[in-house]
Amino acid sequence: MAKKSIKIRAKLKNDEITVKALMTHPMESGTRKNSKTGELVPAHYIQEVKCEVAGKNVMTAHWNGGVSKNPYLSFKFKGANKGDMLTLTWVDNKGNSESGQAKIG
Amino acid sequence: MDTSMKRRILLKGSLAASALSVAVGAGLLTPKAVLAAWSETAFTAKQIPDALNALYGSNSLEEVDSINIKAPDIAENGAVVPVTVSTSMGNVESISVIAAENPVPLIASFNLGEGGVPFVSTRIKMGKSGDVIAVVKADGKLFSTRKPVKVTIGGCGG
Repeated sequence: MAKKSIKIRAKLKNDEITVKALMTHPMESGTRKNSKTGELVPAHYIQEVKCEVAGKNVMTAHWNGGVSKNPYLSFKFKGANKGDMLTLTWVDNKGNSESGQAKIG
Repeated sequence: MDTSMKRRILLKGSLAASALSVAVGAGLLTPKAVLAAWSETAFTAKQIPDALNALYGSNSLEEVDSINIKAPDIAENGAVVPVTVSTSMGNVESISVIAAENPVPLIASFNLGEGGVPFVSTRIKMGKSGDVIAVVKADGKLFSTRKPVKVTIGGCGG
């Protein structure tokens, strides 16, 4: 993979870790028409985003095509330390999957 | 212990296990450990009550003030509307974001994991002006609040 398609920041402050993630994905809802051909653009969107720290699931998000293109996600959780590795994985409706990692800083 | 006795115990155990899996499958039991899979019914439903039934098994919402939706009053671009939902409630299991006027209203559902703090932020698409509804599941009950967002397509006024 040439380009990193997931950018993640995870910051610890007052016991809470704030995670901010930016993914690269077209997020086609399946209801949009191609302006040239007038045909519907097939749905292609992320269905599930999972976030794990040290084997613990800290967040699972379920989406459909109503989330904006190149989705942004931010959430908070407690119970991890500085330097812990955070893994974020998404799966889309075509079965593609990608994951990214970031150290909690 | 003779063989027949062992067999009886095995039978009992497997019966109990299958009864449990049936209960989980039917949505009667939804412990936190069993993470629900992506629900096609919920995320393609055209009506909000249908979506909530599929997602949470209930559509009775209690309107409360303790959920905070941060979204623009006027969104110039309906394709990217930043929405942040947070709440002061405890024992929050899940937060969902709904755009009432969208063809498929349920947009996102966030299940908090271990140590989850009830705060989520994302960017959604809105077809036209309407309410953004946040649904919070806490202590097994559903709570909601809404905020109107005006969408001006093309920035030429709505």
